[in-house]
Amino acid sequence: MTETNQLLRLLKEFPLAETHRPWARRIVDFEAWQGSIDLLAVSDWDFLGLWAEPQATDKEKFQVHMALRDGENTTVVVVTLPLEGLSYPAVSTVRPGALRLERSIADLFGLIALGAEDMRPWLDHGRWPVNHPLSEAEPREIAPFDYDFLKAESAEALHQIPVGPVHAGIIEPGHFRFHANGEAVVRLETRLGYVHKGIEALMQGKTLLEASKLAGRVSGDSTVAYAYAFARACEAACDVEAPPRAVWLRAVMAEIERLANHLGDFGAVCNDAAYGIMLAHAMTLKEKVLRAANKAFGHRLMMDCIIPGGVAHDLGKEGMAQIKAMQREVRRGFERLAQLYDDTPSLLDRTVGTGVTMASLAHRFGTGGVIARASGRSIDARRNPGYAPYDELDFDVPLEIDGDVHCRLMVRMAEIRESLALIERFTDGLPSGPLTRPLPAQEGEGMALVEGFRGEILVWVRIDGSGRILRCFPRDPSWFQWPLLEACIDGNIVADFPLCNKSFNCSYSGSDL
Amino acid sequence: MTPILKLLARALLKGPITEPAPEQAEIQELADKIDASAKVKLGRSLVIRAVDAGSCNACELEIHALGNPLYDIERFGIHFAASPRHADVLLVTGPVARNMAEALKRTYDATPGPKWVVAMGDCAIDGGCFKGGYACLDGVDKVVPVDVRIPGCPPTPSDLLKNLLALLETVR
Repeated sequence: MTETNQLLRLLKEFPLAETHRPWARRIVDFEAWQGSIDLLAVSDWDFLGLWAEPQATDKEKFQVHMALRDGENTTVVVVTLPLEGLSYPAVSTVRPGALRLERSIADLFGLIALGAEDMRPWLDHGRWPVNHPLSEAEPREIAPFDYDFLKAESAEALHQIPVGPVHAGIIEPGHFRFHANGEAVVRLETRLGYVHKGIEALMQGKTLLEASKLAGRVSGDSTVAYAYAFARACEAACDVEAPPRAVWLRAVMAEIERLANHLGDFGAVCNDAAYGIMLAHAMTLKEKVLRAANKAFGHRLMMDCIIPGGVAHDLGKEGMAQIKAMQREVRRGFERLAQLYDDTPSLLDRTVGTGVTMASLAHRFGTGGVIARASGRSIDARRNPGYAPYDELDFDVPLEIDGDVHCRLMVRMAEIRESLALIERFTDGLPSGPLTRPLPAQEGEGMALVEGFRGEILVWVRIDGSGRILRCFPRDPSWFQWPLLEACIDGNIVADFPLCNKSFNCSYSGSDL
Repeated sequence: MTPILKLLARALLKGPITEPAPEQAEIQELADKIDASAKVKLGRSLVIRAVDAGSCNACELEIHALGNPLYDIERFGIHFAASPRHADVLLVTGPVARNMAEALKRTYDATPGPKWVVAMGDCAIDGGCFKGGYACLDGVDKVVPVDVRIPGCPPTPSDLLKNLLALLETVR
């Protein structure tokens, strides 16, 4: 009997939530929750997310959900623990990626993860006018917290470098605290939460269409992927499938978004290695992609083009021609840049061997996306668990094993080529038919996993009988990537931090919510 | 020929890909609408410090696009600075998350006068779709005085360029 079956066998004893789709949700007791955690310690199940909500029958009481996926096949399961009090056994003891989610749940709901190593507030900086905004939301005095940064000890003399929240470049805000010995970084600690907008609270009570706009603004660079995941979660909750044409158009948009972002990242990483010409050329190509998207779908970033039930914008003849022209131009232009990258030793000297991410850490933290695939962890939500229309196609998921900045660039470059090919296949095979299918106003719970350019995005929704959002939890891939950035910078020089950071390109807004 | 030589030769032969500047009349029209709090003449250059006060990062993507060779904002004398102490303009995005309010205020205070503040995007203007939550202040003007408002979600690079040129026009 394998470990996998042990966990499933343990859960099988417990009742299924009837309205949860497409995967099973099991409502367990305290012992089984603890038992699941013990089994996680000795199995290769991926931890996908952890969130809380009030219980349906008694709003004063709460329940926590954790989503898990079998590492070997496509089984996804949600485990729910209804709480009597205000605490639950921590998952972070066996899946460290859960730690910041547990800290966030403590900030937003006042629920404590028992046994968690780190109990410092995360999203709550003491600057909101209320305590625990997603539970009792008690008014309070605004008094910014001191943050107790971790200490580094060494026989050598160390100094600290505080950076942010306002950074030197045009990027999102966050605080980085370096402990360095001369140029070598001994410890990096990130403190985030600066762009917390309270999106989860804002979504509650909204119609699906209104909430979809918010979902598309969790992380603006992944607006398509978020709207895609949100729409799929809502459709799962309502037990409706989007019409075929919408399914394919969504994939066209998703691949255009991936292409645009990877081009930008490719240029920006080279730029951070002081090779500006690559940025200029890559950004020109990216601009061509965005303009084609604008002509084809009416918005450069394709915001609000995917809606629950289908898509809001059709792809006409003119738009199709624009996309074809863009593809040809970007393909030619990109190959020139790829050659240039391979042919520039001074650039390779900066990227090869820099910021190495260990595969073992990527596994432990449940990391997905480019970062995982550059470290030999082959994981892509388009393939596992898979969703339409990708499940009908055979496509490459590129893999590198060394886990350095160079490998992350190589994965992005391979994915640029793959996305270009996918866009071609999707636009060529576009089925005809309606763009939307109405969603019935009915109670339900739905969950979806969608591969954005950064990694897999999880969205979980609970919808009430009038078709409004009761609870929505969007989980950005960055939750499980930020901790790895802290690890990969160890022993590198301070000057290589921008390079490492850019090669990760985690979302601040996505994980601050 | 090595790839870099090919790339450079191509650029030389094909000429610049930078696009023409926006229409002067359009810029003047926008400039007339600006009621800048600081009335000092700066000349032909403007240095900007971008501050993300809680944006979803879409606005940042479009600010980045301004630097690409097609818009090439630097040809107009507009530069982005790493420090507010070198800036004339704060380009602020986001609804102002409460967790960022103090950082925004301190960035403003660190910017030497005369200075201007541009609120970029619907949520920077009044909170946009993030309006009414516990975690946002719903607009840049709740924290620092705003001179120029650029609507859009996110505003396009051309909108952004036109408005920044209009601001340059008023301080010239």
